[in-house]
Amino acid sequence: MSDSVMRTAGRSPDERAGRLSEIELSVNGRVRRLAVDPRTTLLDALRERLGLTGTKKGCDHGQCGACTVLVDGRRINSCLTLAVMHEGDEVVTIEGLGAPDDLHPMQRAFVERDGFQCGYCTPGQICSAVGMLSEVAAGWPSHATAAADAVAQRIALTDEEIRERLSGNICRCAAYPHIVAAVRSVAEGDAG
Amino acid sequence: MTGQGMTGQGHAGQGVIGRAVHRVDGPLKVTGRATYAYEHGAEDRPLYGYIVGATIGRGRLTRIDTANAERAPGVRLVMTHHNAPEQGPRDTSVPIEYWRAQPMLTGPEIHHYGEPVALVVAAAFEQARAAAGLVEVAYEERPGRYDFAALRDDTYVPKVVNAGLPTDTAVGDFDAGFRSAAVTVDRLYTTPYEFSMPMEPHACTAVPQGADLTVHVSAQIVDAALASVAATLRLDPARIHVVAPYVGGGFGSKLGIHAETILAALAARMVRRPVKVALTRQQIFQLVGLRPTSSQRVRLGADRDGRLVALAHDVTMHTNPDMEYAEQTAATTRSLYAAPHRLTSHRLTPLDLPRGEDVRSPGDAPGLLAVESAMDELADALDMDPVELRIRNEPTVDPERGVPYSDRHLVECLREGARRFGWERRPTRPASVRDGQWLVGYGTAAAIRGHFQMPTTVRVRLAADGTATVQSDMTDIGTGTYTILTQVAADGLGLPTDRVRVELGRSEFPTSMGSGGSWGAANSSTAVHRACHALRKRLLAAVREDTRSALCGLPWEKAVFADGRVRIGEASEALSDLVARHFPDGVQTTGETLAMTDDPHYSAYSIHTYGAHFAEVGVDADTAEIRLRRMLGVFSVGRVLNAKTARSQLIGGMIWGVGAALQEEGVVDVRTGAFATRDLAHYLVPVHADIPAVDAVVLDGYDDKANALGAKGIGELGICGAGAAVANAVFNATGVRVRDFPLTLEKVLPGLPPPEE
Ligand code: FES
Ligand code: FES
Repeated sequence: MSDSVMRTAGRSPDERAGRLSEIELSVNGRVRRLAVDPRTTLLDALRERLGLTGTKKGCDHGQCGACTVLVDGRRINSCLTLAVMHEGDEVVTIEGLGAPDDLHPMQRAFVERDGFQCGYCTPGQICSAVGMLSEVAAGWPSHATAAADAVAQRIALTDEEIRERLSGNICRCAAYPHIVAAVRSVAEGDAG
Repeated sequence: MTGQGMTGQGHAGQGVIGRAVHRVDGPLKVTGRATYAYEHGAEDRPLYGYIVGATIGRGRLTRIDTANAERAPGVRLVMTHHNAPEQGPRDTSVPIEYWRAQPMLTGPEIHHYGEPVALVVAAAFEQARAAAGLVEVAYEERPGRYDFAALRDDTYVPKVVNAGLPTDTAVGDFDAGFRSAAVTVDRLYTTPYEFSMPMEPHACTAVPQGADLTVHVSAQIVDAALASVAATLRLDPARIHVVAPYVGGGFGSKLGIHAETILAALAARMVRRPVKVALTRQQIFQLVGLRPTSSQRVRLGADRDGRLVALAHDVTMHTNPDMEYAEQTAATTRSLYAAPHRLTSHRLTPLDLPRGEDVRSPGDAPGLLAVESAMDELADALDMDPVELRIRNEPTVDPERGVPYSDRHLVECLREGARRFGWERRPTRPASVRDGQWLVGYGTAAAIRGHFQMPTTVRVRLAADGTATVQSDMTDIGTGTYTILTQVAADGLGLPTDRVRVELGRSEFPTSMGSGGSWGAANSSTAVHRACHALRKRLLAAVREDTRSALCGLPWEKAVFADGRVRIGEASEALSDLVARHFPDGVQTTGETLAMTDDPHYSAYSIHTYGAHFAEVGVDADTAEIRLRRMLGVFSVGRVLNAKTARSQLIGGMIWGVGAALQEEGVVDVRTGAFATRDLAHYLVPVHADIPAVDAVVLDGYDDKANALGAKGIGELGICGAGAAVANAVFNATGVRVRDFPLTLEKVLPGLPPPEE
């Protein structure tokens, strides 16, 4: 913080200190240009700068999964990554997956199976589940995958697999059995 | 006061009440459009507050230097006890803690680790957080009392325990009864500090507008938040607007507001800008109350047939010295089993730790861990089936109050659960069944939870287009309030659910007791039911003499409201036509639920909810790793308002019980008074991989003594006894009895049977 007292009249303190970084990234299919404090996490950029508050902050330390978003199709904890590291990336948040009158199949399955209660972990669970299903489709093994399946890169989506792969998403309301049911119903294509 | 005589409204049967309707707030929640406390006011460009906490457990601030923080980029305010506004004192004559003032930054004294010493407010979160690190604090540390195990005999007797329940009770002559018993169990159980840890951190966005202040809070009880902010800031309550439409879980920890709300509100008024503050996950472990740690002695004396002759439950727990909290840990033991000679007691050990507060199912959650483990020990000592032992001790009247039970179905829960679970396959000898690497065991426990009724008012309004709006300051913290009130109003007015709109969580709406104590659903749905009844009466009074109506002159007592129409015999009229003609501006009424102290049923009957848990665990024969394999709960809760949300809540509660049995444990660093477990990597709660198939079944029911809908609370019942069922299953699997919760593997490992050849 040695430069913290650098001041020039007429500009915001951050601009005065020359501390903002310009970034450009795509969020939910729209190109967004931002000048951010380099310390800003992707999570806070989404919530506080872009008004996309559907992505939740539960711990800010990579321990709860509430902040899960899809970056270039892969799920990540957006609290554990800085916005400036995502120049040119394609970010999809819960708002980008679907809208109340146009639900994504995973969102619809969560409503139908009651895969949530308070709803705070839910955007993260849903983004995580969507990302997870593509990991399974790509044949990525998990701790719960049988060795032979891992070698063959053919994953049987057992309930164990779903649970293991979603364990980074804590639900304190403990909607777990219904989340697993929702994910399974999407994987089996009977969400409707 | 039901709708009888006028309609079939409100009675169990085919209606919309009870149906497994999807949550009406679901589409907003699954698309991220439901906005929580920290997510408001973006258009006003709020400032960000960050709390600086004390790094000692007890002592005083000798110096606090904010100069560097104040000069840091973006900083607008650094608030300490030097410049914090004068605040109202915590007034213990206000009966419930959550309605009291919660003054912050009042002086240099430090009462517990993490107590706020400053709030830094800046234009951006990153700036506030960085500047918080520049606040320089010096302390004079004093020795504190932090170690419960060492100090637990140093107790005092509280005047009452939580919920105003008696501290001690005694019936018969316990000592003589216990001495005379053929078989006895006398054991000490300990339970750890536990934290609610809702996924949404405690947060507030405070928006000043002239003399008014709007606080977007994450709160279970809007009225308590309002009273507490008003008393602390010494403001006219009419100038404060509390908004809490969505709450990301509370589990007791949001019954009251904490530092985040008071500091945001103080700062917002000082800088005349919106200010938002959220506790970090680590701060939640220091700034929000916790479940006290306890040590519980349980003594059971029975005859050879397993009939209890003496039962005692003596509890010691920690309390903060200034803010007493006595969890009612032995309270439901008073109603659970028959026994002629009985004792219960609660004692407090003052420690310089954050105050205790209600954590989901206060009292019953830790109490039943002990009592229901002891019952299992008694069954083992008697060589009796634990289900049978419990059935044998079923009381006919409440054994301490001497009044009848309103609607007790514990035995049915036990029998139905045993049947569905396949209890007859339970290994009768501990450590006798193996499945490969796993030692397998079954466990059971009973669930009981008091049912409370609190004063609640709602408003129901019918518009001329035939749509209804329900308004209450009641909250939906994941409990399903929006959905069940939609159902109750749809039933009460005979409307399809999509013509009912429920608006909650604003202090401008009629006052409720919010969500807590499992009372929210019954309180608010009974009030809606009554408001609808009153509305139907007004509409029928209007139509009686109305010659333009097809219903004119017909026997109005026979009217049925259904499908958006009012029907008397063959004649019918659209509800919207009727409203439009007589009440072109709409018509509204309020409905009320009385406090239980004003409702004679609550003194004449012992009103509870019940359940029975069945758990199967596997314990790794070499490492003692414990895995839950499956679990079933069968519950009796009166009438269910929504089969889907009820089941979800019960399952959620059961999983909390699993966490209490196997994982959750707040550990104090006894040198400093800080919690060593202060994030979700160290304070472990159940995650997906920990939880296999868990099912909850609810028996059909209707408790006519509870309220007009026959419905009782379910939010906490699921936890009650759940952890004991898991612990009892571990004993059945291994022969190892752990009495120090949670059952982590190092406590089980030394007692495991020797490896097989
Ligand atoms: S907020 Fe990112 S993992 Fe918890
Ligand atoms: S729905 Fe409340 S934390 Fe998951």
